[in-house]
Formats: sequence, C-alpha cells, structure tokens
Amino acid sequence: MFDKIAHGLSDLREWADERFPVTAFWQNHLVKYYAPKNLNFWYFFGSLAFLVLVIQLITGIFLTMNYKPTADTAFASVEYIMRDVNWGWLIRYMHSTGASFFFIVIYLHMFRALLYGSYRGPRELLWVFGMLIFVVLMAEAFMGYLLPWGQMSFWGAQVIISLFGAIPYVGDELALWIRGDFVVADATLNRFFAFHVIALPLLLIGLVLFHMIALHSVGSNNPDGIDIKKHKDENGVPLDGIPFHPYYTVKDMVGVVVFLMIFSAVIFYAPEMGGWFLEKDNFVAADPLKTPEHIAPLWYFTPFYAILRAVPDKFLGVVAMGASMVVLFLLPWLDRSPVRSIRYRGAWFKLALSVFVVSFIGLAYLGTVAATPLATLFSRIFSVLYFAFFLLMPIYSKWDKTKPLPERVTEK
Amino acid sequence: MKSLFIVIFLLLPGFFAVSVLAGGNDVVLDSADIRLDDREAIKRGAKLFVNYCLNCHSANLMRYSRIAQDLGMSNDEVSSEFITTGVKVGETMKVAIAAEDAKRWFGTAVPDLSVIARARDVDWLYTYLRSFYRDESRPWGVNNSVFKDVGMPHVLWELQGLQAPVMESHTDAHGNTVEVISGFTLIEKGTLGTAEYDAAVRDLVTFLAYLGEPSKLQRLALGKWVLLFLAGLLVLTFLLKKEYWRDVR
Repeated sequence: MFDKIAHGLSDLREWADERFPVTAFWQNHLVKYYAPKNLNFWYFFGSLAFLVLVIQLITGIFLTMNYKPTADTAFASVEYIMRDVNWGWLIRYMHSTGASFFFIVIYLHMFRALLYGSYRGPRELLWVFGMLIFVVLMAEAFMGYLLPWGQMSFWGAQVIISLFGAIPYVGDELALWIRGDFVVADATLNRFFAFHVIALPLLLIGLVLFHMIALHSVGSNNPDGIDIKKHKDENGVPLDGIPFHPYYTVKDMVGVVVFLMIFSAVIFYAPEMGGWFLEKDNFVAADPLKTPEHIAPLWYFTPFYAILRAVPDKFLGVVAMGASMVVLFLLPWLDRSPVRSIRYRGAWFKLALSVFVVSFIGLAYLGTVAATPLATLFSRIFSVLYFAFFLLMPIYSKWDKTKPLPERVTEK
Repeated sequence: MKSLFIVIFLLLPGFFAVSVLAGGNDVVLDSADIRLDDREAIKRGAKLFVNYCLNCHSANLMRYSRIAQDLGMSNDEVSSEFITTGVKVGETMKVAIAAEDAKRWFGTAVPDLSVIARARDVDWLYTYLRSFYRDESRPWGVNNSVFKDVGMPHVLWELQGLQAPVMESHTDAHGNTVEVISGFTLIEKGTLGTAEYDAAVRDLVTFLAYLGEPSKLQRLALGKWVLLFLAGLLVLTFLLKKEYWRDVR
C-alpha cells in the first residue's frame, strides 16, 4: 500500500521534473544550498522579514475586502472592520503591528550587515537590492498610513508631500501632481490606495526575489566575515557549510516562534504600543480645517525626519534627508577595511559604529519631539555624526588596526 | 565591543528622561480606574450615554445589536432599554441633529463618540466630565478646566449640581503671578452626591472605553491562549532544532 503511494509520488515527481525543475530548485536553494554553520542570533532577521512580508500581504488582502478608499468612507470602514467584520480586529491589528515590526526586523537585519560587513564585495548588489527594498518599504508604509484617514494620516501626508514643494521651479506643480488636488483629498487617497495594494507590493516582491537570487548566487556571509568556499571537501561542499534545509529551516522555525510570541503579545495586549504603533490622533477622522498641535511621523521614519528638520533651509533639508538614504547605498564602496566582520576590526571602526548607533537612535527620538532649540541643536550634532560615519569611512576603515583572520569559521 | 553596546543601551534611557522633564504637562488628570470586564458598569454607563449624550453626540460606528451581544442582553432588552428613537436594533447609534444646527447652537460640530476613548484617554474623559464650573461669560454659563472654553454645555448638571472654581495664586517660570484653578466647591446641589456622581461618571467612561473597542475583551481573553500555544510550539521547535544540530558540531 505505502509502497504504491511512494511509487506513485516518485512517478509524479519525475513527470513534473521533465516539465519544470522542481527537484533542481529544491536542491539548489534548500538541500544543497550550503550556509556557514556559525550563523548566530543576528541571522534570524532575514527569514523573519520574509515572514512579516507574507503576513502583511495576506492580512492586506483580507483588509482590502472591507476597506473603502474614499474620503467619506475610509475612516468608518476601518472601524467597520474593527467591529462588524468577523475577526476583522485581529486582521487589522496584525497589519498595523506588522508594519512596525517590519521596520524593527529590517533595521536589525541592516545592522547585522553593518556588524559583519555583509555588504562588502562580492555582495554589493545584494546590499543594493536590500536598500531598494528598504526605500520601497518606506514608500509602502507612508502610503498605507494615509488609508485609515485619521488626523495623523491626513496631516502626515500633507507635510511629507509638501516637501516636494521645496524643490526649486517645479516643486509646487510636482506636489500638486502627486496629490491630484490642492490639498490631500479623495484623489490622493485613491491613488495611494492603488500604490499601496498593487504597485508597491509587486515591486517589493520582485525586489525580494532579486535579493534572494543575489544571495543564493554569492552565498551567505557569516559572523567571521570570511569566505567558506575557500575550503571545500572532495565533493565541492564547503567544509564549514551545512545544508540550509534541514539545519537552518529548523533553526529559523525557533526564531519564527519567538518572533510570533512577541508579535502576538503586542497584538493582543498593546496594539497601540502606547501610541507608537497606532497614534491617538489617528482615532479622530481627518479634518482638513483642523491642524493637530503636534504632527510627528511614525517612529520608523523619525531618524530621517530629524535630519530633515535639522537643516534650516527646507529645500536643503529635503536634500539632506535624501542624501542620508543615498549614502547607505554607497556603503560597499566606502568601506576600505581588509576585513569584513567587526570581530577582526580595530578600535576606530568600533568607535565609529557606536557613535553611529547613538546618533541614529538619538535622531529617531528627536524626530518625535517638538523642534525646541535644544532638540534642534542635538539633531544637528547627530546629523553630522550620521554623515561622518559614512563619509569618513574610507579613511578610518583603512587606518584601522585589524586582527588576523582565521582560516576557518569560529564558534563564539 | 560588547561593553560599548552596554554603554549605549545605558545611555538611551537618558534621552527619554530628558523628554519627560522637558514635557511638563498642564492639566493633572484623575485616574478613572475603570474595569472593562464589569458588565453592569458598562450597562449603567450605556444608560447614561443614551439618556444624556446620544441626543447630540452620535456613535455612528456602533450597532445597538453589538451591545446586546457583548453585554449578554437580548435584542428586545436592548431595544426597550437603550433605543428611544424607534430605530431597528441592527442599526448604528445615530442622532438626528444636523451639522448646521450644531454649529449654530454650540459653535462647532458635535464630535462622534464611537472612538473618543481611543482618541482621548479614559482619565481625560473622567476628569473632563467632572470639571465643569460656573462661568457666566460663556454661552452656556459653564466652562471646563480640562477643556478650556469648550462648546459643550454641562449636560450632567442635574446629576452633579453646579460647582465654582477655587482659585490659587502661583508664580510661573517668568516670575508673574497667575491664578489657577486648584479645585471646586459645590454651590448648587444635584440629585447625586459627589461620590455617587464620580461613580456615575466612571460608569459612563467605562461604557465609552467599551464603545471605543468592543472587541478588546475578546482580544485580551484570546491572547493568553495564543501565547500558551506558541510556548508549547517553542519547546517542540527547540527540541527539533537541537536534535538536528546534534551532528553539526
């Protein structure tokens, strides 16, 4: 009986393989994709980012079934989902919490790359695709935040779109073209909805695919930042590599469950997260005639927002904000250290990275508070330090006294 | 390296401490101390809500039938106790007041209260509803110490009575003497005593909190089971990982 079933299944696989490379795909990307055996805690966030993407796509589909993207109905339709749709509250909280968790996971994923030099050659394109994902994700989050049509949705969009108005000559026309109206209005909501549910998700999925193809072509970096392909056995298998499946699939499952526990704790016990994930003002329907006292973007935008506000001139502020993202793209070419991982770098890089982390978190905080003279002063200091980390990197990463690299990966 | 990160994480709370000190808030709020699982309180609050609020304020996003479902009442009970306008129990809590009329009477549109407890804190609502005082300069003869020059009249006046503010002199940061309200004295008695009125407002605020997120109790109740399931799954996945990784090192 079981023999027959097994036989039938293997026939089916053969049949499929002649028509589509099922087995080859499985082998190349899972069973015979060799990942370094010393990947640590920081390596959970790649698979977790993929998990959050899937959560956002699926909950997003269900939200779209009941959400109504017009200025008159949007706010009420979200509350309709929260009250009248079966399990609507859970789907909505998963989506709203998922947005913030997406950024937590992505920021940690990017920090991992900084720690272990994962952006260094031959992984430059892997990093660039990752950065593109980050930029598209920011656009996706920004447009999604308009959809509940609360006060913060409305005024946040109003402030950010008006930034385009700072561009000389074409600015005002450009802002008008983006909004489709003289203020953020129904037309804006409609187009943001189209971008949020179709255009940008398609782009994201495409970029994630490119990111994965690049990764599987160059192979994963590791906490030692050394190349595991230098030492292979007689079959060409890296001595320090282990098959992704089953080893990392079972390991990532542990990460997934821990992640889901934290994620669920927020969804069920603190979906507003004290106003950081769902702002109080967004429970007031959008009112174009009433500006809220304090307009702050959601926490994941605040580092860049603080850089924008640190510059006295609006247009130059926009340029600085843009540059703060562009400079991240250039990272693979700014780093001149002979080693990748922080484990073998010297004091200069460690100091620079620490200053960068303090500046980034400092900016994130300053982006949430009112622009008092003291806050502006600190924003300026941190902005300079932020850029210094990147622009001085060619110098200090070269100067740095590095430690000798091991031949094989180490366990720490 | 590790020590550097420790220093960073120790420094971080400093930022937030600075922000707390910098953000000296204006109004001191009393704690509402509500219990969302107290169905009787929600029911009493709902009664107050339909009697005193629902004439001007709507709760357009909430259905009467949902109240029946959540409070364990039948649709008929809800109809007879809470519906005064003859609408069907499956409909939302609308009011007949026109926006133009509201503007003429109160100087502003009357906000819908469906999610007011999420936009304003429950403590804010609790303090606000107990902070109306006599002020002849205002159109309705009352003002509010939490929401200065609010357009709303003191609709719970017959319950609370009327209070007058007790003023206190303070010296502000610039060295000027300013008069601030430090408390209230009752100058006209209402049908409820002070403690009874506070309890009634607490019931009303409990209902508003429920109204803001009717699924909250369901969410809190479900949360522990989800976490328990995941904890079990964590043990299983951890053991599975350990078993597979036995042959790696």
